[in-house]
Amino acid sequence: MIRYLLRRFVSSLVTIWFIATATFFAMHLVPGDPLSNEKAVAPEIRRNLELRYGLDKPVLQQYGIFIGNMLRGDFGISYTQQNRRVNDIIREHFPVSASLGVLALVIATFGSILFGAVSARYRDRWPDISIMLAVIIGISVPGFVIAALAQWAILALNLQLGFTLLPVAGWGSFAHMLVPALVLGLGTMAYMTRLMRSSMLDVAHADYLRTARAKGLKPARIFFRHHLRNALLPVVTVLGPAVAAITTGGFVVELIFAIPGLGRYFVQAVQQLDYTVIMGTTVFYGAFLVLMVLVVDVLYGVLDPRVSVARTGGR
Amino acid sequence: MWRNLESARYFVATITVVISLAAWVERTCAETAVDFDRQRITITLANEPPNLNSMETMDQTSGFVLAHVMEGLLQYDARGELAAGVAERWELRADGATFWLRRNARWSDGKPVTAHDFVFAWRRIVTPATASHYAGILFPIKNAQRISRGELPPTAMGVHATDDFRLDVEFERPCPYFLGLTAYFIYDPVREDFFNSRGPRYAAEAGDMIYNGAFTISRWVHGARMTLQKNPHYWNRAQVHLQQIDIPYFAIDPVSAYNLFKNENIALTILETEGLDDALARGYPMTRHRTGAMFYFEFNQRAGRATANRALRKAIQALLDPESMASRVVGVPGLLATESMFPHYLRGVQRTFREEYPPPVPVRSVPAARAWLAQAQIEMGAPLPTLILLTREDPRAAREAEYLQQLLQKGLGLQLRIERQNTKQRYAKMARGEFDIVLTGWGPDYDDPMTFGDVFASWNENNRGQYRNPAYDRWVEIANATADQAQRMHAFAQMQQLLIDDAPILPTYENSKVYVQHPRLQGVAHSVFGVDPDLRYARVLPERSLQNATR
Repeated sequence: MIRYLLRRFVSSLVTIWFIATATFFAMHLVPGDPLSNEKAVAPEIRRNLELRYGLDKPVLQQYGIFIGNMLRGDFGISYTQQNRRVNDIIREHFPVSASLGVLALVIATFGSILFGAVSARYRDRWPDISIMLAVIIGISVPGFVIAALAQWAILALNLQLGFTLLPVAGWGSFAHMLVPALVLGLGTMAYMTRLMRSSMLDVAHADYLRTARAKGLKPARIFFRHHLRNALLPVVTVLGPAVAAITTGGFVVELIFAIPGLGRYFVQAVQQLDYTVIMGTTVFYGAFLVLMVLVVDVLYGVLDPRVSVARTGGR
Repeated sequence: MWRNLESARYFVATITVVISLAAWVERTCAETAVDFDRQRITITLANEPPNLNSMETMDQTSGFVLAHVMEGLLQYDARGELAAGVAERWELRADGATFWLRRNARWSDGKPVTAHDFVFAWRRIVTPATASHYAGILFPIKNAQRISRGELPPTAMGVHATDDFRLDVEFERPCPYFLGLTAYFIYDPVREDFFNSRGPRYAAEAGDMIYNGAFTISRWVHGARMTLQKNPHYWNRAQVHLQQIDIPYFAIDPVSAYNLFKNENIALTILETEGLDDALARGYPMTRHRTGAMFYFEFNQRAGRATANRALRKAIQALLDPESMASRVVGVPGLLATESMFPHYLRGVQRTFREEYPPPVPVRSVPAARAWLAQAQIEMGAPLPTLILLTREDPRAAREAEYLQQLLQKGLGLQLRIERQNTKQRYAKMARGEFDIVLTGWGPDYDDPMTFGDVFASWNENNRGQYRNPAYDRWVEIANATADQAQRMHAFAQMQQLLIDDAPILPTYENSKVYVQHPRLQGVAHSVFGVDPDLRYARVLPERSLQNATR
């Protein structure tokens, strides 16, 4: 187990190094530079700016400096927020994205188990058809449309009621998180509902269910103890990638609901070619994703004894 | 007994839910647009201010906050006129200026604002290691440009504190618009001892800054919230009515901002075309304000570009009607169609520059355009290539680009390929000259026609199309060399004429913004050179909510 973990750790480091290197050179290949602005500046000012940010050096040397700083855990200072360190930006804004993501994931998980089970239980009848229709909508309608519609619906509700039941946008209380988290989790919920439904249907023909019925157990007990519980496993396995997808994919929701998450800084950094913030957030998100995949792989073995991590791991 | 216990549990649970619901409603309702008793308003900004260090920053959001928390030698008052700030009187000469500072101007810790605070900030801006984007705005001051090149030490700059309350400035060349410059945030004072105590973290947090303006920043949670509190040490505090400006949202999406307004969470916001009809239907009070920025199409005149040919540019000029561009294509109320690069509000000698020198209107008709095109084809020989129009990614830019595309196709049979680019990529392509026509604009940096005029001088980096005309350069030099306004305005009139004759650009309109504003919020000022919106003199009127006013 320890050998396996060590091996996975090393390969994770290589993955992160690769992400950092690829992003660094891709970023420098994109036309435009972080110092350009609506108004061009005099050549002497331009030179002073290049000196300050080390952009006067050859790209390879800049890469060397970047890797050296990264190893010390320092991503430098943002180009757009010239008095803020990238580390501070990640430290202050990732928890916001993460807490929104966790709530979204909780909603997605419980929602998908409920709807998936109901849909399988009433297969081809109206609850199944209406849930599957909603799933198709949830998967195919882009997040920004759903977010905008959700905000419009909150506004309409508040205006109807005459007081603010749910905040239209902003951050600071649980009420502020509720609808954004629902919107953020919707895509994942739709996807996992479908997974849950097919898993339920697969398990429905398992021998142990037939045995349970033959023993004369109560239908409710069969459903919860034997059917649902066994159908959960495939759903649990997609949770890892889903955590990463939700925590990193929230930028549209963050923009529309004015939430100070890291996703917003990441996207704006790409638009502004804020080199240091792009590198910092990419490496951070990359490391986060790699870590999540590792955690889930280890958890496989814990959840399902049939999967032996130590022997099959690495494949 | 068991049953009773169960119902008691239900009772407690219900009470808990009701209380937490009430607390929830209470909390979320706390963000009201206006509050008369506490003279407090809530607003939104598109972003949090990226950099509040006045010596280095350059963006509009930071400029908005700085204008409310800092003050320069002069400032723009509620009517948008230049007025006394930290300086109570001044003297402007051809070779320099002197400012006498008021003794009651104070920093937010109670210490007086002195002439040394200006000397420190200005010297530091042009110091090469500071690498300030806007250092060029200080180049009218003697030796500033040479310090910036590293040829002279910062102490050689032509600015001196004769005593604590007297500041003397020497000019590099005559600068009749210098007073307006001192109202610009980059000319704000910074106190040396405080700055040194914070080092690179100066202005990074609310507590890492010291203020001398109408408000202070009392709270700043990055990305989430900023609160401005009336500054009790501000010399002009009697004129400031608002006690607090709360910014609990940084809503970059204009639709979200408008939704917050409709929910009575914020007191004012800018309307995009999409929200206009809805706001009209609801009868919300609206104000509009011309931002002072000019929009235009600029032609690339680098060698080998078809648009280097004057006849081709004249052909397009003869087709493009600024009026229909402003009213039919863009359709934002208040846009001012224009033929001139020099906007309507610039001051001339007696009246406005445009009243003294109305721009000539070029001949505009399809036959005229075709005649110019025929001439262009004779001059260039080969058939005309497809032209590339470089533009922004937003919906408005798309409409403008498609309008020009249709116009050229129908009127002249010319093909136009639209290339939409994200901000930085567009700047890069503009700087490298990878376009035939670019949709762009220019906002003024100071209150003088020169802020528009010298853009097309051959040496200016912002002359993206590389228009080169020695006659034009000469007029810029003449206007730069003298403080005689009559002579200068004559020079600007010549530049205006050349820009229409040579057609290096095709001006379309002066930009305008439309605001929806809470009816109980009064005294919001808008100014071209100052800040927009200016909330320093705003106040909240008593009761009469938005709902009542509109129903």
